[in-house]
Amino acid sequence: MTPDEQDLVRRRQRARALVLALLLGALVILIFAISIAKIRAGMA
Amino acid sequence: MRARIAPGVSVATPLLPPADWRDFLALTKPRVMTLVVFTGLCGMLAAPVRIDPVLGFTAILCIALGAGAAGALNQWYEADLDAAMRRTAQRPLPAGRMERQSALHFGVGLGAFSVILMGLALNLAAAGILALSILFYVLVYTVWLKRRTPQNIVIGGAAGAFPPLIGWAAATGDVAVLPLCLFMLVFLWTPPHFWALALFVKTDYANAGVPMLPVVAGERVTRTQIGLYTVPMAIAAVAPWALGLTGAVYGGVATAMTGIFGALALLVATRTQTPDDAMLPEKRLFKFSILYLFVVFGALVVDRWLA
Repeated sequence: MTPDEQDLVRRRQRARALVLALLLGALVILIFAISIAKIRAGMA
Repeated sequence: MRARIAPGVSVATPLLPPADWRDFLALTKPRVMTLVVFTGLCGMLAAPVRIDPVLGFTAILCIALGAGAAGALNQWYEADLDAAMRRTAQRPLPAGRMERQSALHFGVGLGAFSVILMGLALNLAAAGILALSILFYVLVYTVWLKRRTPQNIVIGGAAGAFPPLIGWAAATGDVAVLPLCLFMLVFLWTPPHFWALALFVKTDYANAGVPMLPVVAGERVTRTQIGLYTVPMAIAAVAPWALGLTGAVYGGVATAMTGIFGALALLVATRTQTPDDAMLPEKRLFKFSILYLFVVFGALVVDRWLA
């Protein structure tokens, strides 16, 4: 691989890792919110 | 390295750099997803049960992810067809921006995740119909029908008709007559919608060897079929009102919009293509058909809220 290609691969890996981290964070928040909603529905 | 490009055909491809995250997003066909999400949302809001906003959001997210998974698996299987058509040649797989296996893993993972999340957060009925819709789109439409018969989008259209049922099932846990009417409306709307498109991209489909109706049976038959399918679609559109399941708001909007749809379809059905034809009536019908579903489903939600 040329230096330019290596740079492209690293940039894409970094961008994908960032997007995945954000999605996982959003999933954690969503699961928490679903749990609260389910508990609230169970109490009603 | 060697990667499978077409079913049963292998060609040598260079090692690709990791695909950009935007290419994964493009695999999900975000524009198609808009209509799927909207009809699913309307199905949910039309249900007689008030759903918790978090659970409602989760249901719509699952419908969107399921539709995205179906789109990704469709593009994985049809990479060879997409490469042969101008309209789709720049998608991630035919453009060589992504390994085919990445699309397969992404599609299967996303589909499984959407169904599991729907089952855990909402109910098994909604999860079951969501799974059925993904499998129907991928196995029945993409793998089985699309390359074999001009009836591909007639039967395959059922896949796009599931979202209102899923939305309703997510809210209520079961299925009723009204969401079944909505299913029939989208199911019968699909042939005139897609055949209007197929008339003006006929050459693309012919080059790719897809047996769409205009390619196999000709332009005249396709126009007649557009006119014929509009009749049961119109009946399905006004059926919820005629059956007393909705009020006058839905009835009035559905009747007016269906009247316009019918007039545009009649124009397409009765005209003959001329040399250097810009196909304006066909393009107009295609664009209006999208607006039609948005307005009719929107009217249903407004009607139910006013009731």
